[in-house]
Amino acid sequence: MTSGALTPYLSMLSARFRMGLQYRSAAFAGLCTQLFWGVIRVMIFTAFYRSTTHTQAMTLSDTTTYVWLGQAMFALLPWQVDTDVQSMIKTGTVAYEMLRPVDIYWLWFSRAFAQRIAPTVLRAVPMLTVAALLLHLKPPATWQCGVAWAISTILAAVLGSAISVLMTISLLWTLSGDGVSRLLPAIAYTLSGMDVPLVFFPAWSQPLLFALPFRDLVDLPFRLYLGKFAMPQWPVLFGQELAWIIAFVLLGRFLLAIGRQRLVVQGG
Amino acid sequence: MEQAQIKTLPPPASGGPGPKGSFTTKNEAGWVHRLVDAARLYCRYIGVSLRAQMQYKTSFWMLSFTQFIASGSAFVGMWVLFTRFGSLRGWSMAEVALFYGVINVAFAFADSFGRGFDVFSNMVKGGDFDRVLLRPRSLALQIGAQELLLTRIGRFTQAGLVLGWALHTLPLTWTLGKALFLMATIAGGAALFYGLYVLQATMSFWTIESLEVMNILTYGGTEVGQYPLTIYRAGFRAFFTYVVPIACVNFIPIRALLTANLTGPVLLAPAAGWLFLAVALQVWRIGVLKYTSTGS
Repeated sequence: MTSGALTPYLSMLSARFRMGLQYRSAAFAGLCTQLFWGVIRVMIFTAFYRSTTHTQAMTLSDTTTYVWLGQAMFALLPWQVDTDVQSMIKTGTVAYEMLRPVDIYWLWFSRAFAQRIAPTVLRAVPMLTVAALLLHLKPPATWQCGVAWAISTILAAVLGSAISVLMTISLLWTLSGDGVSRLLPAIAYTLSGMDVPLVFFPAWSQPLLFALPFRDLVDLPFRLYLGKFAMPQWPVLFGQELAWIIAFVLLGRFLLAIGRQRLVVQGG
Repeated sequence: MEQAQIKTLPPPASGGPGPKGSFTTKNEAGWVHRLVDAARLYCRYIGVSLRAQMQYKTSFWMLSFTQFIASGSAFVGMWVLFTRFGSLRGWSMAEVALFYGVINVAFAFADSFGRGFDVFSNMVKGGDFDRVLLRPRSLALQIGAQELLLTRIGRFTQAGLVLGWALHTLPLTWTLGKALFLMATIAGGAALFYGLYVLQATMSFWTIESLEVMNILTYGGTEVGQYPLTIYRAGFRAFFTYVVPIACVNFIPIRALLTANLTGPVLLAPAAGWLFLAVALQVWRIGVLKYTSTGS
């Protein structure tokens, strides 16, 4: 692809991103909620740590950092479908969308990506600042870990977008989006480690959690940050994250192609 | 309208006490009549809402199922922590499951019945509240009766199962009094969360932005109530006991149940939820006076 071919997607991305940055009061409310939530979670974890003398898979200070990273990166999870595309599908104006001389998948992907990163930028920066200054958020284990975390977070944003585009595409069948597109975020919340770090899950479930794509959204970047993986492992971990991205993109494109063929627009 | 209906009341039974007495009887009858009328109207509204929701049966079942899974996956988090850590500052999994079940069942009730207040800001935004103001019935009744969100049955069922498991596992000796007290606790919790939704709706008379902050108290309050209050810091404990009295409809009564120490003021603790709702409705009335329409 030449740079000219990318222009429509980049303009969509930048337009949606700038639009997303406008929702500052929503971001502020989200920040307050997340701060409160984080404080509660840290108190709960602290109480659990004080109830046992056994050594745990993660220290309390690591877990606290993990909780704050989770609160900062909360908006990266594929929480919802694109409501604009949803109303396009409901009203039939999606037909215009199909006529555009661009690749619809990447157009929708650009929207989804902007929808993930705009609120994350708005929330993560103040959240990480407050948590680092007042609430015992540790810096990355080493600077290399910091870089690995950053790379993995970008991949997580791409993966989260690919999942939410897939949810949006499912609307071509369900219209209302009451099924898969609500179920998926609920499952992702727990299986990604956003609720409880995945190391605490029972030993028998670890291979399963490791194989699923959700941990690449939260658990993997956070554990890279904490320095839980040796450097030689990194390429494999990034590779797995990338493989899931490719899988979700291909699946999304495949379903979109089918959905397009069977799409019936009720004209008037 | 109201006047007209009161006039159609049958005359008070003859042979009552003197003129003064009969006046009181008539007044009481009017009061009862209004209550019956309100209840009938409420049921009517709810009936319409339920019928409307059941038009989309697949959607209803999907959403309820999703609620069940979402609520259940949060419980998985609690279970995971207990399997790793064994206990929580002396509290067992079954005991904490009782806190979890009670607070979540209460919240599911309020979330379902209080839906009208939860989405009230949309009415203010669209100017639809004006129409409500024109009708000769209680405003709170009309808003509260807008919708009974049936899909919350998903969360309700999940929390109910956890509650049932906790009650089954814990070695409690049950009496009728204790069972009633547990139900009163749940009802008090539902009233408290309902009150929070009323306050959230009241906020929209001043601003329709940033109402999500109230999620701190509704969803956040539920999260707080899922664990014994003693694990939190003093400031949090005080806030959730005296300002938003989650502890009064959860921790305090349940601890009394678990320790079989049901005496004195503890018995009155769940009433704090109703008191909170009463205060919230008073604040709502003040808010209504502040209301200026956005409509044209």
